[in-house]
Amino acid sequence: MHPSLTRRTLLATGTAALAAPAIAPAAAQSPPGVIVMAKQIDDITSLDPAEAFEYTGTEIIGNVYRKLVTTPNEDPARLVGDLAESWTTSDNRIFTFTLKSGVKFASGAIVTAEDAAFSLRRAAILNKSPAFIINQFGFTRENAEQRIRATDARTLVLECAAPTSASFLYYCLSAAVGSIVEKAVVMARAQGDDLGNGWLKQNSAGGGAYVLRQWRASESVMLDANPNADPAPRTRRIVIRHMLDSSAQLLGLQRGDIDIARNLVADQINGLRNDNRFRIMPQRKASLMYLSLSQRHPALAKPEVRQAIKLAIDYEGIQRNIVSTTYAVHQAFLPEGLPGALTEKPFAQRQEEARALLRQAGYPNGLEVALDYSSGAPISDIAQAIQAQLGAVGIRLRMVAGEMRQVITKTRARQHEMAIVRWGSDYFDPHSNAEAFSMNPDNGDNARNRTLAWRASWEIPEITARTAAAVTDTDSARRVATYQALQREHQQVSPFVIMLQEIEVAVTRANVTGLELGPMSDRTNFAGIVKA
Amino acid sequence: MRLRALGATLVTVPITLFGLVLVTFLIGRVVPIDPVLAIVGDRAPQEVVERARLELGLDRPLIEQFFRFVVQIAQGDLGRSVMTANPVTQDIARFFPATFELATVAIILAALVGVPIGVLAAVRAGSWTDQAVRLFCLAGHSLPVFVLGLLSLLLFYAKLGWAPGPGRQGIAYEDMVDVRTGVLTLDAALARDWGAFWDALAHLAQPAGVLAFFSLAYIARMTRAFMLAELSSEYVTTARAKGLSETRIIWRHAFRNIAIPLVTVLALTYAGLLEGAVLTETIFSWPGLGQYLTVSLLNADMNAVLGATLVVGLIYVALNLFADLLYRLLDPRVR
Repeated sequence: MHPSLTRRTLLATGTAALAAPAIAPAAAQSPPGVIVMAKQIDDITSLDPAEAFEYTGTEIIGNVYRKLVTTPNEDPARLVGDLAESWTTSDNRIFTFTLKSGVKFASGAIVTAEDAAFSLRRAAILNKSPAFIINQFGFTRENAEQRIRATDARTLVLECAAPTSASFLYYCLSAAVGSIVEKAVVMARAQGDDLGNGWLKQNSAGGGAYVLRQWRASESVMLDANPNADPAPRTRRIVIRHMLDSSAQLLGLQRGDIDIARNLVADQINGLRNDNRFRIMPQRKASLMYLSLSQRHPALAKPEVRQAIKLAIDYEGIQRNIVSTTYAVHQAFLPEGLPGALTEKPFAQRQEEARALLRQAGYPNGLEVALDYSSGAPISDIAQAIQAQLGAVGIRLRMVAGEMRQVITKTRARQHEMAIVRWGSDYFDPHSNAEAFSMNPDNGDNARNRTLAWRASWEIPEITARTAAAVTDTDSARRVATYQALQREHQQVSPFVIMLQEIEVAVTRANVTGLELGPMSDRTNFAGIVKA
Repeated sequence: MRLRALGATLVTVPITLFGLVLVTFLIGRVVPIDPVLAIVGDRAPQEVVERARLELGLDRPLIEQFFRFVVQIAQGDLGRSVMTANPVTQDIARFFPATFELATVAIILAALVGVPIGVLAAVRAGSWTDQAVRLFCLAGHSLPVFVLGLLSLLLFYAKLGWAPGPGRQGIAYEDMVDVRTGVLTLDAALARDWGAFWDALAHLAQPAGVLAFFSLAYIARMTRAFMLAELSSEYVTTARAKGLSETRIIWRHAFRNIAIPLVTVLALTYAGLLEGAVLTETIFSWPGLGQYLTVSLLNADMNAVLGATLVVGLIYVALNLFADLLYRLLDPRVR
């Protein structure tokens, strides 16, 4: 949940910023060997990798479990083995993974191919929220036993339903849902047919750098170093404290009670920029902020109106004046950092062109549209800027503020006209966002696949077919080129005004090093964090 | 007679609670947030969304959903919270003691300071003392509690270093004391871990102080108003004419008479604090019932919302009942 009281946040930030210079440098007070991190953690609903799908949950899972393959943060497009030593396929349907030998779980037991098979089968059978990442390869509750199998202690075979792009499968396996759990530990705690889900929500059975010692909802998460981790983490304990208020995070950081603050707002970060007691770490996230224009609205269904809106917005101005440190201008559906991401920015504010397009569309006197947006910062400020900028070309917005989930509920029910929404990639493959933004196989109200394109009622059979074809392309380079072409077309014709890409900023005390923020939450790495 | 009155009061309790549950349930169902979202997230496939909807029984008629909920409550089962993955009763058992500890210390401080300065202001009405008390109360009542909280953190934590930062305890004491009651100071005292006790007490001081300042402003103003009314009564004039000492008039006669409405003020202020001071809890990262209820509401975690609301309702009813009983004890006419 994001802070929702704009005035409160403003006042708080101002007060904290005013007081900042007055605060004397304090020696670090958090205990030695323990890193204290302040973060909003009330989005955690489960820490079972087969179930967790929210930002903080997957971040914890990324540090508690290991996966078959992963991507290094310094070169996120490159796949490397995590538990797998090698992987191969002859027909792009059957994939064989050979596990590294001697890798241990936190319990000391060796990680086997049967643990890996169990973990992936478990995700498919439980069929919780993130299961579709695995199940899109044809694995189901019924066939998981046959299609995901260990042929010996180190060999895992995955048999997909149809030939697929190898990189697509590997990237999907690198998601949090691909985490490998220790079968014996989990099954010993299973209740009925829950495959240990009840226990694993609040406990861990992995081989990552850390072991989950305790999760207290909306209070704290405590991680202890895994004694069998290789390489061993550099800090014995990490305590993540739930702190909703960014000013309290800032004060704690300045006093030295907190080593890392994760949710400071733009003004607070700017206030610390020239202070050598702190280190500011920005990282682009695979998360976009965009306007969704419902194609049920007769005016918004007109291409000229959509184009006019795209040309009426001052993207750079919004970024510079409202979210200078926490968002960057980005205008394509693949965020920077993901394979195939397009960094071209074809749209800038050109009001005359926008007015001409509106006249061309038959709206010489402008038009009126409702805008749904979250009342929390910074979206509310961005909404007001958009209202002024669209108003300048004749598009009058009726502002409908609500809680973020309220806005999401409305867009999921296709009841919005225009909405400001955010979207984070589900897994590290272009298809995650391509499917969401440019596939709509059934535009009916009872459709099974309710993508973002469906929510905007954007009927696109031809683009849907091309997006679907890209995912099965076995030529990686050609696949990337296809996604780039799709994004260029999407920028021009889609009912999405993609505006900004999120930048996560962590601020650490100067004596704390080694935090590695990743483009996705499950890639944020705590193993190297150490306090001098 | 007294028993009959008590019986009549008790009869209203289940009716009040039933009304509370009904209204909360209906509000929960008309909130424009899909409760399934909290469980499966925005990105879950439609089949997962629909399965969750079935599991929650949201496909059933509203009346059936309510009936099932009431039956569940009657069996002591408040369901499971989506946000914490715990049974709601377990969550409340964890969050409520934190609020109880904070509210109790705050109301004690507020009463200990608020009542005497209210009496003092009334006794010296119009003097500079009265003006100072009124200014003090105005500040407490008009400054938003989150501003007070932030200023307190800035001054006592960041600037002077007298108080610890947000949270209920320091990292060094986290998980060190066995949880018996959930009231950390009490648990630490029971375990005779005095280090943990002082740490918990130090963490409690700031949020409790802020809440106490906020509450005492109201208590002092009400005390002053009640006392002024009493001091202008004829019996006070008679007492003065008879030569009774001012102290005796104020404390033995006037104060005894204002004790009755004052009990109601204190009880309702305490009930207000017990329902959770969301902003104070947020600023001081105090994991209390107010924060739990707010986060649950914003996430449409209806089991948690209904469970917490029921607890808040019970508190109100219990404190009202307590105030009623105290009335009867203090006022011979009601007996």
